[in-house]
Order: sequence, then C-alpha cells, then structure tokens
Amino acid sequence: MSKSLEAGGSQENGKLLLLGAYFDFIRIRFLTMLAYRVNYYSGILIYTLNIGVNYFTWKAIYGGGESLGGFTSAQMTTYVAVSWMARAFYFNNLDREISSDIRDGSIAIQFIRPYNYVLVKMMQGLGEGLFRFLMLMIPGMVVAVLLFPVELPTDPAAWIGFLVMLFFSFLISSQINVITGLSAFFVENNEGVMRMKRVIVDLFSGLIVPISLFPGWLSSVLDVLPFQAITYLPGSVFTGRVQGVGIWNVLGIQVFWFLVLLIPIVWLYYAARKRLFVQGG
Amino acid sequence: MNAIEVQDLRKTFKVQKNREGLKGAFADLFKRQYSEVTAVKDISFKIPEGEICGYIGENGAGKSTTIKMLTGILVPTSGQVSVGGFVPYMEREKFVQNIGVVFGQRSQLWWDIGVIESFQLLRKVYRVSEHDFKKRLDELVERLELQELLNRPVRKLSLGQRMRCELVAALLHNPSILFLDEPTIGLDIVVKSEIRDFLKDTNREHGTTILLTTHDLQDIEALCSRVIMLDDGRIIYDGGLEELKQRWGTGREVQFQFGAATRLAQLVQWTEGMPVTWTAENDLGAKVWIPLELNVSDVLARVVGAADITDIKIIETNTDEIVRSIYQSGSADKPEDKIAALQEEKEAAHV
Repeated sequence: MSKSLEAGGSQENGKLLLLGAYFDFIRIRFLTMLAYRVNYYSGILIYTLNIGVNYFTWKAIYGGGESLGGFTSAQMTTYVAVSWMARAFYFNNLDREISSDIRDGSIAIQFIRPYNYVLVKMMQGLGEGLFRFLMLMIPGMVVAVLLFPVELPTDPAAWIGFLVMLFFSFLISSQINVITGLSAFFVENNEGVMRMKRVIVDLFSGLIVPISLFPGWLSSVLDVLPFQAITYLPGSVFTGRVQGVGIWNVLGIQVFWFLVLLIPIVWLYYAARKRLFVQGG
Repeated sequence: MNAIEVQDLRKTFKVQKNREGLKGAFADLFKRQYSEVTAVKDISFKIPEGEICGYIGENGAGKSTTIKMLTGILVPTSGQVSVGGFVPYMEREKFVQNIGVVFGQRSQLWWDIGVIESFQLLRKVYRVSEHDFKKRLDELVERLELQELLNRPVRKLSLGQRMRCELVAALLHNPSILFLDEPTIGLDIVVKSEIRDFLKDTNREHGTTILLTTHDLQDIEALCSRVIMLDDGRIIYDGGLEELKQRWGTGREVQFQFGAATRLAQLVQWTEGMPVTWTAENDLGAKVWIPLELNVSDVLARVVGAADITDIKIIETNTDEIVRSIYQSGSADKPEDKIAALQEEKEAAHV
C-alpha cells in the first residue's frame, strides 16, 4: 500500500521535474539570446525603419483623405507601429531550426530523449519571444512613439486584450513555423517552402497591408485562413477598431486556430516518424 | 532474460532518383521517381542481459540503421524488435528512460551552456531525483576525471573531453542498456583506452548491456565477447570473437623476396599438391597463404631449396585482416570455400 503510494508520489515528482525541464528550455534560450544581445540593437533600428517607411507610404496614400478601409490616418499609423512591434515578439526561426535538425540528422538525438520535441521547440521559441519582447519590442515601441504620431489606447481592456492576443499570435505563428519546419521530413529541400511561408505570413497576416484594404474576394478568403489571427486581429483591438464584446470574438478566433493547427502538427509528427530518414547514415 | 530481441527486422528507405540532364531535371519537377533501398534485410539476433556485443560492418552495411531502430528513432518496415521489454517505437517516451545512447558523431549536450547545466537539464528530462543524481554524478565525474570541466561551456571542450561528458550524459539516469554508435571515432589512443576501461567497469559493476558499433577492432578486442558482423544489410557472422579468429585466422601468410625473377606458375609448381595459395606482387616478390593444418616449414623447404631468396617474412593474421577479408568476400562462411573459389578463378585465368 505504502509502496504504491510512494510510486505514485515519485511519478508526480517526475512530472514536475519534466515540467521544470520545459521551463529550463525557456530560461536557457532567453539567456543564450541575452549573451548575443548586440545583434538586437540593430534589430531595433531595422524595425523602426520599417515602421518609418510604412508610415510615410501610408501618409502619402492618405493625402488629405479621411478614412481608408475603415482606418483613419491616425489609426493606420498606430496599426503599422503595433503590427511591426508585435512581429518583433512573435517572429522566430523555429522553421529553420527544425528543418536543419532534420537535414543534418541531429533530430536523432531529439528522439532518444523522453520529451516531446515539438513542445521543446515551442518552449525555446517562447524563450526567444520573451527576450524579443523585452529587448526589442518594448524599446522599439518607445522609439516609435517618440518618432511617429502613434495613438496608444487608454482603455485597459484594450491593453490586456492585446497582450493576451499577442501571446496567441506567438502560438499561431510558431505553430505555422513548426509545420513548415516539419515539412523537411517530406521534402528533401524545404528552403522554398520556408521562404514562401515567410512572404505569405507577412502579407496575409495584414502586416504589410491591413486585411480590410484587400479586394473583397481576397479578404473573405483570408477571413477563413489562420494568418489574420497573427497580426490583423490583435492590431484591430489595439487600435480600438474592435471593442467590448468584439474583443472576445477575435480572441475566440485565435483560440480556434490555435486548436485547429494542433491537428496537422500531431499528424505530421507521427507521419514523419514513419518515414524518418536520418541523414548521414 | 534477453535485453534485446530482434526477429526478421527490415528497414526500407525510399530514395529520390535524380534523372540525368536538363530533360531529366525537368521531368523530375513534375513526376518524381523513387527507388527503394533496403538498408537492413530481415536480421534476427538476441542479446542477453549484461553482455557487451560488438556490431561491426563496413560503411553503409546497415549498422546505424539497426541502432536507430533499436533506440526507437526509426520505425522498422517489418519485423519485431523488443528492447528491455519495450517495443522501442511504440512507447518511445517510456522506453528511452531505460536506455542510454552515445552517437560518436553527434553531441547530445547543449552547445551554449555549461557541462553541469547540461547534466542538470538531463536530470529533469529523465526525471532523476536530486539524491540519485548527485550520487551518480559524483561517481561518474570521479571515474572519468571531469571535475575541472564541469563549469566550462560544451563548445570549449576538446573532442576527448566532450566524449567523456557524452558518456556521463548517457549514463546519468542509470540505463540498463547502453547503445554506442562509434564511440571512439576520432579520439587519441589514451582517451580510447580510458573509455574502453570505463565501459568495461560500467558493464561489470552495473550489469549494463552494451551494444556498440565501431570501425576500430581494438574496441571489439578489448570489450566484446561477442561480435555480430553485418554486410549489405545481412548478418554474416554472429558469435564469439575467439571463434571468429580461429575460423579465419587458422592460416599464416609468408612473404618472399626473390633475388631473381620468379614466375607465379613456377611457384605453384614447386608446391604442387599442397593446399596453399600464391599471389605475386611483382617479379621479385610473392606471398603464399598456408592453412594451419600444413606446416610452414614444409612449404618453406620446397621453396627455399629451389628459389633464390633474399628475405622471408611470416605473418600471423590479426583481427583487422580477418575482418577485412570477410568484408571483401562478403561472407563469413568457411574460408576453404573461398580458397577453392580463388583457385578455380586462377585456373580459369590460366586457361
């Protein structure tokens, strides 16, 4: 009796230890990024530059006009600034990391460990995300607010909603990265797939052009794709175009896509193990 | 109890074919052609608990593929595998708790963090309690003399230092079965023998079953009581090392240097009626292979009496040569058959 209790206890303990390991992956990635932080000072500059280019482009497009696709000029400026800064947080190279693990065969090491490889990758992505949030997104946002007429929301609900949605942006974007990375199991060289993904995510998430400005047929197609949940929806909340109950609706869409995207990941993970071909013998 | 049981294990890979030329490349764009490569062809073997078994074969013989199926990395195309009572690819996460793996050519430590941090992380990954971990780590660190390396980042270790750390990483959770894929590759002699001693001790003290692949036959001689030899995906020998040596090493080779040109036909004629095999290196050099049942001196007597000899060298076959000749023939069956075949070939060439 006491023995079985003990076994139960140690199993519980084991789960806690594994959880601790997953947190370590976040921490270690964060510290590793911190060690190479100089790379990121230039990042702040590049993102600010991107915001600047977009800001002046949109200013020229608006001319003296009042509103475009439901955005006022001020909202557009805020939208551009927030979208790029959000990208600083959710963007990561998990696709590249996974496909290089697969292509150089070091994936073998990952499969001899009693943990879930995809989950470990997500944790590392989160560690990178937290680093980018603190070292790139927040300072970048301060610079952007100083340089451009960005209107920050006053409603705390918008802030909280935005931060929660930002986290889901990260999840969905990372899930798409994981799917792209795992495609290396099936395509000998998935470089093209990765580049295509990058362009598609930047364009269809509404980072470059807000989705409401796309032609009607295209924006209705994008409505049923997961990309809008990465940039467009959180951006709409932050600029105040979506308020109150609407926030719950767009959050619902994000949760929906988070759950739906788990399906291809699980499927790919198991299908991949069947046809896994470890490079280099 | 068997630690490892393998029955009719097979692994087939689908490999993309690249057609030749511009036309072929264009055709490949639309319709890929695949060819099937069978890396492991219906092999069966059993390894009892506590045994150290060497798994050898040429590059591409299917050694690594087998190891990867035994460790649950690859899913077999057909056949049964049971390792430590588990089917490796089915309950992977439970199964790997029980095994340790070292790939000589890949690191399982995290490149950017310190050695001790890597170990701590592995402790959590393998759910080892702090108490067990400390005990085990102290033991391993002392045995492998790693005290000074613990706080260094992995990327600053030499290959020999790293390999010793890899062994610790693979053994921290005290696995009952240890897989080593070319563990001594690229190491110097001192580190190699340290690692061999360590593996021997681990096997003796903890009863760890060890399966290792290697190209260094000294590893095998130092460690293994049993050898499984693989060629082109099939097992061509499975048995004791001594037996292998006896079966193949029961002959000697004698090298001759002649003072005057001596033709091969002449040499064959001198030793007529003896089951020996001559090979000519050039006009002034030849060697003869003499089976054990024949006295070397008998052969020498016939040649020495007739030829102008400047030098004689008698060579006992060692494991390296045995293995090399088995690889070349692709079979570990009776050497007599091979010699007979060789002689036939020679006769055919003379006709």
